[in-house]
Amino acid sequence: MANMNIIGAVNSALDLALGADEDVFVFGEDVGKFGGVFRATDGLQDKYGEGRVFDTPLSEAGIIGTAIGMAIYGLKPVPEIQFSDFIFPAFDQIVNEMAKFRYRSGGQYTCPITIRTPYGGGIRGGHYHSQSPEAYFAHTAGLKVVIPSDPYTTKGLLLASIDDPDPVIFLEPKRVYRASKGEVPEGHYTLPLGKCTIDREGTDVTIVAYGALLHEARKAADLLAENDVSAEIVDVRTLVPLDEETILESVRKTGRVVICHEAARTCGFGGELAAVISEKALLHLEAPILRVTGYDTPFPYTLEQQYLPDAFKIFEACETTVDF
Amino acid sequence: MSHPNPTYPAQDVCPPEDLPTEDLIRVLDPQGNLVGEPLLDDEAILELHRVMVRQRLIDDRMLTLQRQGRIGFYGACVGQEAAVFGSASALEPTDWIVPALREAGALLYRGFTLREYFNQLLGNNADITKGRQMPCHPPGHDYHYVTMSSVIANQIPQACGLALAGKLKQDGRVTMCFMGDGATSEGDFHTGLNVATVQKLPVVWICQNNQWSISTPVGRQSAARSMAAKAKGYGIPGLRVDGNDLLAVHKIASEAAARARAGEGPTLIECLTWRLGAHTTSDDPTRYRDEDVTKRWWELDPLGRTRRYLIAKGLWSDEQEQAQQDELDAEIRAVWTEVEEIPAPPLKAIFEDVYAEMTPQQTEQWESLERNMKWSDAKGLVRKQH
Ligand SMILES: Cc1ncc(C[n+]2csc(CCOP(=O)(O)OP(=O)(O)O)c2C)c(N)n1
Ligand SMILES: [Mg+2]
Repeated sequence: MANMNIIGAVNSALDLALGADEDVFVFGEDVGKFGGVFRATDGLQDKYGEGRVFDTPLSEAGIIGTAIGMAIYGLKPVPEIQFSDFIFPAFDQIVNEMAKFRYRSGGQYTCPITIRTPYGGGIRGGHYHSQSPEAYFAHTAGLKVVIPSDPYTTKGLLLASIDDPDPVIFLEPKRVYRASKGEVPEGHYTLPLGKCTIDREGTDVTIVAYGALLHEARKAADLLAENDVSAEIVDVRTLVPLDEETILESVRKTGRVVICHEAARTCGFGGELAAVISEKALLHLEAPILRVTGYDTPFPYTLEQQYLPDAFKIFEACETTVDF
Repeated sequence: MSHPNPTYPAQDVCPPEDLPTEDLIRVLDPQGNLVGEPLLDDEAILELHRVMVRQRLIDDRMLTLQRQGRIGFYGACVGQEAAVFGSASALEPTDWIVPALREAGALLYRGFTLREYFNQLLGNNADITKGRQMPCHPPGHDYHYVTMSSVIANQIPQACGLALAGKLKQDGRVTMCFMGDGATSEGDFHTGLNVATVQKLPVVWICQNNQWSISTPVGRQSAARSMAAKAKGYGIPGLRVDGNDLLAVHKIASEAAARARAGEGPTLIECLTWRLGAHTTSDDPTRYRDEDVTKRWWELDPLGRTRRYLIAKGLWSDEQEQAQQDELDAEIRAVWTEVEEIPAPPLKAIFEDVYAEMTPQQTEQWESLERNMKWSDAKGLVRKQH
């Protein structure tokens, strides 16, 4: 085991993947010599050479289009989009091409691509360095959407994503890139895609969260515990494919749910989770499902701490549902 | 790996001693000697020199304040003042300026006050955009300066729309659109240049080739001989100007603006320069480039060039330069002191200006935020602030 942060976990996973399979390639803006603006690819070009780890021109559609071509040839690209806010110039390539190649070729051509991209707010990045675009991709059939929350899940889920036969949007919670630290196996391991986990057991209310908000959910659960409320936390990890059963089982136990994400509320992934719960566990609910989310606005700069869902907002929502 | 780029052979960038001589337009040589015919008179040059010096002082001061944690972020234009002010000064006040990311000085040049600019940097309650954007993204409607997005190249096709609207309305206005060398790799660069050419729009494209896109040198960005050479494919004039030569940039931009106004269509101007500082305050260039080259580029500092020219002509002196700097610096500090303590915008500012009117959902969300703030205050829960 080694103690590392999320950046270290990404780096370690990419290192192992590049080392194990010569068909794995890492590329994007500033990922080569510089090692990425967040330093996630630090040292990889030195180790594997410019043929395997390289800088691209400033063109997201170019990065993803190239990745698609490499993938249908049979390679395993792991491109980086510098911030998820800048993924949209490649949206057409992702939604109309990457997501549909398998379907439209009857399985002849596939896109085993993992797009890594930092997402989420809390770094004073304003509109364009803070967004949470997961719902756009979860809404597109053919894409898997994976969001780790700490070094251990980052490394295991990233290696699983690279191994996966389908395209994965791998959203890295950049706010906790360095703040989240933990013990991580040094060698290769994977965590299954399509599995939620119970991050903490409890009996009174289920908090469903992912990414950086998992840490806020834990703080909220601590505050709730001081107030004699026992919260269970579900870490979603994989939005698509969704492990409904783990979530439903928790809801059947607690009867109360608070769903959290940083993305704006309207058509956020929380809406999907709420729908699944009400379709499949309605009679177990003792209170309305509540959401703690970003607001229906662009992401602000000065007031970002007020904008962001945090432990206190989760705490308040849990109290509301428990007192219902 | 060797790179097939004739202009930037070994290092993928152009050090000052290798600057091309043939296709690089100059009016002043690096020593400040006239090698061409300036368009500007002495008074105008003195004024633009003052504007450039002021911009440098603002940038220096803001970089210091950022290091002290008094503003969150800053992106400077250090070394690119001649490109920004040489081109902006070629326009009429009602011509459009569509900035990329280092041209806020052009807005100040048009009359946006230091106070307004600093309020935006602070994102305080006096900021017109209510602290919604990162620093260095000022709005400038009254000055026909379009508020920038951080997304590279998105502004390029938008410039076509401004120019087309003006053409349809026959208003005689020109649109000047800025971009970096990195922006030329995005699809929107092609889209914008193509549309403007096909529709013969009154646009002046200014590409500030500072030879870096964060850590990526221009030779890895493009295999073209130059950014100006790209114009050929669209069938418009492409000119490469010494971007550190105020008089050359002004002259070529003025000619392009005149062409545009006369209905002769767009021009692509490349201002060849060097990013003397870090990409932004989040960046550390020592990690990826040889800063010895940067040191040598400092000798081509555009401010030094105009100063030497003015002094040699007997129009200016080191003493006057110092006195002017002191005066400008004092003004910058005084205005900063006035605005630094202005409080943050109210919570409602998060929800306003998304739509012309707040939606019922937004109203509900705003109320829930207010409620949560009161609830957590009552419980003695203290939120961390930046
Ligand atoms: C679409 C998009 N991709 C990536 C980024 C991140 N980014 C910000 S500035 C920059 C480099 C821009 O280089 P250039 O256009 O040459 O402008 P310069 O910074 O040199 O002025 C990059 C990659 C972005 N802002 N937008
Ligand atoms: Mg550049």
